Amino acid sequence: MAEVIRLENVTKVYRSGSLSVAALRGVSFAIEQGEYVSVMGPSGSGKSTLMHILGCLDVPSSGRYWLGGEDVSHMDEVDLAEVRNRHIGFVFQQFNLLPTMTAWRNVELPLIYAGVGRAERRRLAVGALERVGLGDRTDHRPGELSGGQQQRVAVARALVGDPSLILADEPTGALDSTSAADVLSLLSELHRAGRTLVVITHDPEVAAAAERTLRIRDGLLVPAAEAAL
Amino acid sequence: MSWFETLRTGLEAVRSHRLRSALTVLGIMIGIAAVILTVGLGQGAQDQVKSAINSLGTNLLTVSPGSSTSSSGFRQGFGTASTLTLSDADALSSKVVAPDIKAVAPVVSAGEPLSDTVNSNTWTTTVVGTTPTWEKVRNRTVSQGRFIDGQDVTDHTAVAVIGADTASELFGGIDPVGQVVDVNGVPVTVVGVLNPVGDTSSTTGSNQDDQLIVPMTTATQRLFGTSSLSSILIEATSGSTLSAAYQEADAELLALHGITTPAAADFTVASQQSLVTTATSVDRTLTVLLGGIAGISLLVGGIGVMNIMLVSVTERVREIGLRKALGAKPAVIRRQFLLEASVLGLSGGAVGAALAVIGTRLLPRAIGYPVALSLPATGLAIAVAVAIGIIFGVYPASRAARLAPIDALRNE
Repeated sequence: MAEVIRLENVTKVYRSGSLSVAALRGVSFAIEQGEYVSVMGPSGSGKSTLMHILGCLDVPSSGRYWLGGEDVSHMDEVDLAEVRNRHIGFVFQQFNLLPTMTAWRNVELPLIYAGVGRAERRRLAVGALERVGLGDRTDHRPGELSGGQQQRVAVARALVGDPSLILADEPTGALDSTSAADVLSLLSELHRAGRTLVVITHDPEVAAAAERTLRIRDGLLVPAAEAAL
Repeated sequence: MSWFETLRTGLEAVRSHRLRSALTVLGIMIGIAAVILTVGLGQGAQDQVKSAINSLGTNLLTVSPGSSTSSSGFRQGFGTASTLTLSDADALSSKVVAPDIKAVAPVVSAGEPLSDTVNSNTWTTTVVGTTPTWEKVRNRTVSQGRFIDGQDVTDHTAVAVIGADTASELFGGIDPVGQVVDVNGVPVTVVGVLNPVGDTSSTTGSNQDDQLIVPMTTATQRLFGTSSLSSILIEATSGSTLSAAYQEADAELLALHGITTPAAADFTVASQQSLVTTATSVDRTLTVLLGGIAGISLLVGGIGVMNIMLVSVTERVREIGLRKALGAKPAVIRRQFLLEASVLGLSGGAVGAALAVIGTRLLPRAIGYPVALSLPATGLAIAVAVAIGIIFGVYPASRAARLAPIDALRNE
């Protein structure tokens, strides 16, 4: 199995004035294609920073990060934008759908930036919405959908570009338990279909749905043996 | 991302904030309409002056006598000296001396009291003594009867051609041809009436429809008792030979009057062009002034665009962050906001131009002044509106493009 993600001794230090805070202090791990991995940790543990680096929204201060075999640790903003577009499908806690656009228009967004033609975008977007069970809601605006449905639109948007990695940041954080279970089962279904998923969460139930859990504390990964205690 | 997609996104953003966009557009619209209308007003006023002056005749030069000096030593201003004579006019008519001069009309004129012999109506008007060429040089025609002819000049005939306004003042509804007018005690028979040209006194200093034309000789010998001319009208052969005709007249008159230094000339030659320039210079100054004020309102409109775009960027931080996370490069975001700003500018420009077009139709009725609508100026104004949108959109757009996606997404 090919590696989708490899991190080697990644650190991230935030500086503000004379103060510097090390959010990540040397993190190394790899994720294979088709894996379903959760990253768990309390707030302030560095898991948001890790999510930003995994999502190519930020670059590490030191160490290296390969995404799909490509070293992305030192890329500039323009190249990172392209890597995000091609390799990563984001699912955010707050859904981040554009309220003025219909479901399918929200889903087609990554394809617009990838330069896909209009007819093809429409076809792929509707396909992705059918995939998440919203084939009959393509022309609804986010405001006309329930929270669970909105998050499923967001998942469709993450899927539509056929990325190497789906990165979900607290995907159930803003949902009631029924919708949360609904979204989790959708993620599991995607996993069974061979997708690579990384879910960042502080919720043990969400983490448990994954095959493997990485625990992070004070900017370091907690060794598996210790975590079991 | 293609330009078309960017444009569509920009249009959607404009549409989704209708009221705010409309208010922004309003600022640009008012500015553009104001600029087009003020320039149009100025242009209209200048055109009016030009056509009024051109109605005096085409390719016309006017020679006026220089100043005379009173016994107490005061120079009395142009036109007061008695330095122009009929022989000057005759010399200028020579094709050898002045090949570029087509026709010459000597003029003596003075205000005289008139009274008609039917109703004893009285009226004071400008009495002009001249030759038959006056009709052609002045670009006039008669509506009734005939103009004075060469025989009248030779015979010192007591006949007159009167302006349309003079005719109605003296005779009211009666046919003036054949009637006798008493000019300062001399009975003169009306033989013709001039076609009206409209009252141009505001720009040319006298009403061209209120005058009484008599033969040159009749004026000098029977009415005024003086042989010095008030002016000599010269028509050049064409517009392109006007300055050559000017030179010829100037040189010939200097030679005839025995003057060696042009600065000491006892006459002045003025072209219509110089009249037009003088008459329109005030209008032009006003146009520039008003246009400047309108331009400032356009600038204010532009700052309005910038303000709204900055608000728009701040308000849509999350959207920008999301678009960046999904793969929008900084250049694409910048382009999106620039296009949005130029859409605002373009709409303002287009609506403003439409408003100005309506204004150029309605305004003349309201204020009684012509307003000229120049197509290139309108096109330019729209282009300026778009440019304003872009210029004032650059800063907000680059702020949007610089936003880091994580900061943008973190904003709750």
